[in-house]
Amino acid sequence: MRRRKLVAALAVGVASFVASKLLRRRTAQRRDRVDLYFEDGSMVSFAEGSDEGDRLLPFAFGLLADLRG
Amino acid sequence: MDPAQALADLTEISSQIEAAVLAEESGAVIASTFTDAGRGERAARAAAELLRAAGAAGRSGLVQLEAATQLGSVFVVRDGARLVAAATGASPTAGLVFYDLKTTLRLATEEPAPEAAKPRARRRKKDGEEGSGEAS
Repeated sequence: MRRRKLVAALAVGVASFVASKLLRRRTAQRRDRVDLYFEDGSMVSFAEGSDEGDRLLPFAFGLLADLRG
Repeated sequence: MDPAQALADLTEISSQIEAAVLAEESGAVIASTFTDAGRGERAARAAAELLRAAGAAGRSGLVQLEAATQLGSVFVVRDGARLVAAATGASPTAGLVFYDLKTTLRLATEEPAPEAAKPRARRRKKDGEEGSGEAS
């Protein structure tokens, strides 16, 4: 009985750890960013917080606002 | 194809695209999904500005971009002197949106054929003609 409780507690602990990791990764992926694609097939991504990202994102927000009204 | 028709087809085909505008690279609007012309002009100018700002990032040959925010995404695709910009909700399928925008841009810029030639019906081979093309 005691061993079963220990296993259950361990399972809950592992599940919580995995869930927190997934949540953190998902939140990180949701950062605002601008992806630029070039004719040679390459792509450059600028996330918010970077110099280029912070320069380009206001233009993107402006366009989004204009398109959505 | 008529640019306005190309945009109408785009919003009908793609459930992800909320609004779109087709414009010259200078920011002059060609067609938009808005009934209000002023809104289309503002969006066209904003799209051209974003493209210019992104082009000034240091590399040449920029052909398309996606700005993904938590409020939604904007896409801009350029082909020659024309561009198309569109807004979607958050987390769209970027590849599909780019494909649809490129198709729209191509359809809107191609010259209409003077008269579409009807495809000729293929003549069915008669039984006796079977294998007539084989080397003897």
